[in-house]
Amino acid sequence: MEFIDYYKILGVAKTATEKEIKSAYRKLARKYHPDVNPNNKEAERKFKEINEANEVLSHPENRKKYDKYGKDWQQGEQFEKARQQQSQYQSGRQGFSGEGFSSSDFSEHDFSDFFESMFGGSGRSSGQRQSARFKGQDFNAELHLDLKDVYETQKQVLTINNQKIRLTIPAGVENEQVIKIKGKGGEGLNGGPNGDLYIKFILNNNTSFKRDKNNLYTDVNLDLYTAILGGEITVQTFTGKVKLKIKPETQNETKVKLKGKGFPVYKKSDQYGDLIITFHIKMPTHLSAKEKELFQELQKIKAR
Amino acid sequence: MKTKNLIAIKTLCTHYEIEISFIEALHHIGLIQIERIERTRFIHHDQISDLEKMIRLHHELNVNPEGIDIVFNLLEKERALRRELIELKNRLARYEFP
Repeated sequence: MEFIDYYKILGVAKTATEKEIKSAYRKLARKYHPDVNPNNKEAERKFKEINEANEVLSHPENRKKYDKYGKDWQQGEQFEKARQQQSQYQSGRQGFSGEGFSSSDFSEHDFSDFFESMFGGSGRSSGQRQSARFKGQDFNAELHLDLKDVYETQKQVLTINNQKIRLTIPAGVENEQVIKIKGKGGEGLNGGPNGDLYIKFILNNNTSFKRDKNNLYTDVNLDLYTAILGGEITVQTFTGKVKLKIKPETQNETKVKLKGKGFPVYKKSDQYGDLIITFHIKMPTHLSAKEKELFQELQKIKAR
Repeated sequence: MKTKNLIAIKTLCTHYEIEISFIEALHHIGLIQIERIERTRFIHHDQISDLEKMIRLHHELNVNPEGIDIVFNLLEKERALRRELIELKNRLARYEFP
């Protein structure tokens, strides 16, 4: 466990006054508050840090203890015992009422091990204002799927916070798309509504197809002779193989569109995008003497 | 009239320990919709998450209702930009080598 420099976190000197600490804390809190930094893990981490630093430095008893034993935090327990003996005659706690922030995702369990080992539960200021909770907590979850998994609508049963949730994943869902499942978050308090569950889909594309919304893209190699003379080839689509006619004199990078062979349109399961094939003409290599001779013959004909 | 999915403002004020004038101010600048049934005023369930956020901004960061309006507008812009970024990232994947 590492020592945490709370003064450094708040950017104040060790000699800072209560007012300076409060001011530094408020400035940082405005910057890193989770409500103004949605989905920002780094801001959330910083916010927890400054909250903890404030909990120590804005509480005179905590600050005193931290200043005296900070670096030797393991001796904190001895300090605590000595302090308790000294203050047996005092009644109640000091009248300090610290400021504290909350958010829908922030809880008292988020204090560092360093804080817990030095202050335990007693370090938290009793005067801290907690936002009264009414609506249940919103839950966020990520669901990792392969691209092929979302080609068809499927049903899954997920277990989130010991709650079984039947989920229908509509075909055509996008990578990083978030869907909200109403009322499947934390339980509401005092008759308040339940929180919501937000599921983010992370799609892993391990196919040879590239996807752009409903369209799929793939590259197909074409041998020189088929490209020049035309013919029929078999190409792989997302759902299977199809035969495709190649026009004579097909140029390199020619694109053909196979209508309706793309990805399903989200929530319109009977509609599909297109598959766009780009032909890459493969030049023959390791020519035999005969082949070389014939190409030279062709070159002569073309030059005439 | 049905009051399903509606929460009385009085109840909310008690739970969140807020003044009714704060909710009225939010309503006045269009941040919260209030429904009136007979003599009681309600807020729809769907607005509770936003309301909780507004309360936190007000109490914890000292932001007044006008400031909350600005924060919400900027957050909405940020959400739109984030959506656009994800869309562009997904499109860009088309040009990436495997």
